[in-house]
Amino acid sequence: MESKPRFLSILDTITAILFVAAVGMVFFYTPLERTMGQVQKVFYFHVATAWVGMLGFMVAAVVGILYLVKNERKYDIAGLAAIEISLVFFFIAIIMGSIWARPVWNTWWTWDPRLTTATIVELIYAAYMMLRQGIEDPDRRARFGAVYAILGFLSVPLTFISIRLLRTIHPVVVGNSDPSAEGSFSMTGPMKTTFFFSLFTFSVLFVDLFWHRVRIGKLAAKVEELRLKISV
Amino acid sequence: MKREAKLSTRNSSLSAPRSPLRDFLRALWAIVWKDLSAEWRSRELLTAMLIFSLLVILIFNFALELDARARASVTAGVLWVTFAFAGTLGLNRSMATEKDRGCLNGLLLAPVDRSAIYFGKAIGNLIFMFTVELIVLPVYSVLYNINLFRPGLLLVILLGSIGYVAVGTLLSTMAVQARTRDILLPILLFPLIVPVMIAAVKASGGFLQGLPWIEVSTWINLLIVYDVIFVAVAFMFFDYVVEE
Amino acid sequence: MITVKKLVKRFGPKIVLRGLDFEVESGEFVALLGPNGAGKTTFLRILASLSRPAMGEVRIAGYHLPGQASAVRRRLGVVSHQPLLYGDLTAEENLRFYGRMYAVSDLNARIAEVLDMVGLAPRRRDLVRTFSRGMQQRLAIGRAVLHDPDVMLFDEPHTGLDQDACVMLDTVLREVAARGRTVVMTSHDLARAADMASRFDVLSRGKIVASVRRDEMDTTDNLLAFYRDAVQEREA
Repeated sequence: MESKPRFLSILDTITAILFVAAVGMVFFYTPLERTMGQVQKVFYFHVATAWVGMLGFMVAAVVGILYLVKNERKYDIAGLAAIEISLVFFFIAIIMGSIWARPVWNTWWTWDPRLTTATIVELIYAAYMMLRQGIEDPDRRARFGAVYAILGFLSVPLTFISIRLLRTIHPVVVGNSDPSAEGSFSMTGPMKTTFFFSLFTFSVLFVDLFWHRVRIGKLAAKVEELRLKISV
Repeated sequence: MKREAKLSTRNSSLSAPRSPLRDFLRALWAIVWKDLSAEWRSRELLTAMLIFSLLVILIFNFALELDARARASVTAGVLWVTFAFAGTLGLNRSMATEKDRGCLNGLLLAPVDRSAIYFGKAIGNLIFMFTVELIVLPVYSVLYNINLFRPGLLLVILLGSIGYVAVGTLLSTMAVQARTRDILLPILLFPLIVPVMIAAVKASGGFLQGLPWIEVSTWINLLIVYDVIFVAVAFMFFDYVVEE
Repeated sequence: MITVKKLVKRFGPKIVLRGLDFEVESGEFVALLGPNGAGKTTFLRILASLSRPAMGEVRIAGYHLPGQASAVRRRLGVVSHQPLLYGDLTAEENLRFYGRMYAVSDLNARIAEVLDMVGLAPRRRDLVRTFSRGMQQRLAIGRAVLHDPDVMLFDEPHTGLDQDACVMLDTVLREVAARGRTVVMTSHDLARAADMASRFDVLSRGKIVASVRRDEMDTTDNLLAFYRDAVQEREA
């Protein structure tokens, strides 16, 4: 059996250190936001987890295309790995959003475009998992999975636009901000630093988890192969 | 060797000069014709879709208490939910008939472009969809005393159904090849057609309330964009869904 | 007519065909024998252009698979254990549909001719749904020969048929083969295969392990012994 790559162990350590640092920065470095208070601090990780979620779905769409073109098993393993991780992170992002929304918007849930899109995206990839479960033949499972991951990813912007056109109260923090949106705030220096540091930390965390998951996927494929060899 | 020569001349006469486009259209038409004649015989699919549609409207009637005031704003939503539900019934059934007796293999064995198979099935499904919609509209009009035959609404139904069927045909082809096929299609399809549903409901509602074109055009544009993207994508990926 | 070299096919981690070589001359009738799970159906699906090989070369009537699939499909007639027919269409309509898909010229005359050949002319206006299994299978053969293919592939055509239906099917199969067509048929029914084929190939564990011509053996018993030897040798 191949041993755990050395660099992966190093990456594990780096991720852990970064994560602790990010948590520390959120609690001790950033100032308290004037109107929202403590709960605003959830924002740093909320955006970072959502970012990782979208990143994973994008990775899945890209490796999906690669799988269809090159027909190599590793791309299928990578696609599944990315979506599994993203499902979890996106879920965390939605929960954190709710925690934030309760005191600020005075409700656990609103049909705000981002929240709603996030939920629909989560459902798309839950459907992806169900699709895979329903197919026995590994090649077909991989092909259908790739096609669905690409379709799902393409539909996300349209879903977002269409819900956005309905109505929005979600604050836009980075980029052109609409000051009328309730709960919006402008970031000060330490806030910005922490925000981008969180994004970076979670990206590294994603890479680390992704690597682990792909490795497990490859080992699982190998086990399958060996088991077939024994049974023959 | 002599027979070989004879065989080849026979083949060349069989495959006399042909244009790819003509071949494509011929195969496409053959599939549409086949689906329509089979349906004309059994009328199973359309009957099921229609009765189901009416049942959905009936349930909505009690669930939402569709009184005169509520009707104006809710009609568009009721209609599109009905079409979406009835649509999955039709899509599932239409692909299941291909899969069950191995007919899908029969289609794939034919020397026709795979996209002709996709468009043939999609156009057949679209015709079924339109038929149901064109029967539901007058029934709804009579039941609730609303005139639904407005050109704007018909345009929305046309565009919405195209997007729905384009994705639905591709996904139903995937769903029938899975173990969990009957329950799979709506789960795969509905999250992907959220934009179609929102745009179609909004545009239909706008036309029914007599809003000016400028307020509805955004939704119409969104529908057109969705249709263009997903017809193209489904056409590109159909190969991967049927070939091994 | 058919040349297959070093064909490999796998389903995920499972290797089904392991470097299979296969050669069929024009006009031969080859029976492909083998135990369940040997890869017969997979192999036939590859020949039928329904499945892509992982490695190796497949050539039919001079055209490569999967690259020139369309040209191959035009020259190929396939009968599987599923009828590939639409129950809600009549016999005639089924043939008309497939005739259009294959761009058969002078279609009406050809349909009448084929229906005569498979003995279904009297029932041409009946829905296929009302046909017995045997009649469906005969119509399936009619569908497969409609475009006058050079190569015919039969995948376990006798599955699910009773004795009478089998005899009738064999008559039609012989007629199909007698027109100088190249035929490859998979079967696990040795006696039936022995009656018709001009050559017997044994497929076991993803390879052709033995091949014998009909004129090299005298009785069906020999074929059985030959088949057992071939399979056992491979299993060992």
